[in-house]
Amino acid sequence: MYDLLIGPFAEFDFMRRALVGVLALGVGAGPIGVLMMLRRMSLAGDAMAHAILPGAAVGFLAAGLNLYAMTAGGLVAGFAVALGAGAVARATQMKEDAALAAFYLISLALGVLLVSLRGSNVDLLHVLFGTVLALDDATLLLIVSISSLTLVALALAWRPLVLESVDPGFLRSVSRAGAPTHLIFLALVVMNLVGGFHALGTLLAVGLMMLPAAAGRFWTRELTTLIGLSVLIACGSGVLGLLVSYHSGVPSGPAIILVAGGAYALSVLFGPVGGLLPRFLPQRHLEA
Amino acid sequence: MGNVLSFRNLTLGYDRHPAVHHLDGEVPEGDMLAICGPNGAGKSTLLKGIAGVLSPLTGRIEGTVPAREIAYLPQAAELDRSFPIDVYDLVSMGLWRRAGLFGGISRADRGRIEHAVAAVGLEGFEARPIGTLSGGQMQRALFARLLLQDARLLLLDEPFTALDAGTIADLTALVNRWNGEGRTVIAVLHDFELVRGHFPRTLLLAREAVAWGATGEVLTSDNLAEARRMCEAWDEDAPACAPASGRAA
Repeated sequence: MYDLLIGPFAEFDFMRRALVGVLALGVGAGPIGVLMMLRRMSLAGDAMAHAILPGAAVGFLAAGLNLYAMTAGGLVAGFAVALGAGAVARATQMKEDAALAAFYLISLALGVLLVSLRGSNVDLLHVLFGTVLALDDATLLLIVSISSLTLVALALAWRPLVLESVDPGFLRSVSRAGAPTHLIFLALVVMNLVGGFHALGTLLAVGLMMLPAAAGRFWTRELTTLIGLSVLIACGSGVLGLLVSYHSGVPSGPAIILVAGGAYALSVLFGPVGGLLPRFLPQRHLEA
Repeated sequence: MGNVLSFRNLTLGYDRHPAVHHLDGEVPEGDMLAICGPNGAGKSTLLKGIAGVLSPLTGRIEGTVPAREIAYLPQAAELDRSFPIDVYDLVSMGLWRRAGLFGGISRADRGRIEHAVAAVGLEGFEARPIGTLSGGQMQRALFARLLLQDARLLLLDEPFTALDAGTIADLTALVNRWNGEGRTVIAVLHDFELVRGHFPRTLLLAREAVAWGATGEVLTSDNLAEARRMCEAWDEDAPACAPASGRAA
């Protein structure tokens, strides 16, 4: 049992680093994913993850596999797409999802073009799928800082964030906080994606946000519980995914996301809130 | 008492097409005004304009009530009923003006929330997720939120549509009480019986004001026929509205 669960982390430094990395990612990505799901932005996260690619690629072209260059590039590209799409949605008749699709596709094509101008396929794989087993101190520090900042920002903006998700019309009628709140939230999404992409890559980083949130929704009707659950599933998937990857030799990024996917599948089947099995199990109705 | 609202040559619309056309008039403080009219007459648009959600194409709305003292209940609330939040938290949103972004909810505020929930007859429903409420219960919860907003001007857009008679009676009584406290109420309504019974004054709208005054004199069959005739459909090729003499364009 020790060899199975604890040994890999006790023995290897890179496993310990990976562990810290995925736990920190899970803590930040959990609540962000829940809010994205509840704000009907589940696919927007994926779009923004694609949008980050060209920024990271520019950073990579300019400075090689440099943490700061790629992070800065990813942040700039992510913000540009999020703000651009938001601005088009607010200034024109186009809905935000369509604007986001347009912006991220342009950004993605640009990213692929830039990466293929220089750099080999291995580099592209690194950007796309991350290297959770090769996190250095600086990267870890970045990921942990992003998670901490996320929690603080969420605590401060919690009330308008929830209000805007439940009833945006009402928030508009009582306050001007709606638009800035939305921007802060988009910024948090981009930051968490950029943090995630060092470990899991631009594409899989969304998985640690959305899958735990989607899984959690099958277990509770209560927002606070949902967030706790989602953090738990995200961190649990991280740990379990690392172990699976260690023992079976499969790449760790996909292993982590697949474990989260497994949690989602189980939730769809057995979750008491709208899950399949409870729904089709013959149960007597209640008295009131 | 002064006027809460003055419309000055007000034109509201979408895409340059007017939905409310060159409206002039005043709403005195403490008024209980019903807005009636056929479909597409601009009733909801006028409320949006007053609420500040929609900017005038031309003309203006002069208001003496600051925006934060206006409570607006839109017709099709953008409310996400699948959101995991309970009745208590939904109602407590009405305290926004008091609590704002960071302010705490005091014990007195909790008392206010409980009182509001009780006033709309939803005791015992506090912990229910809003997704489990019926249409009538949901509207009661929204009225409890309105109650907490403690606004001087209330804008209600078809607040009683698709509700049962009991709920309508309860909520109408609540609106009457608000008006009795000196608050101004403007409601878009379709039920003329309800309007005649509870709203002393009516604006009959068909893009332009057909009649505006005492309800009994406004809701005549002649006026209603006139309203239906005036409310033409959206004309894609309508020419630009010429600034007629005496109208500031």
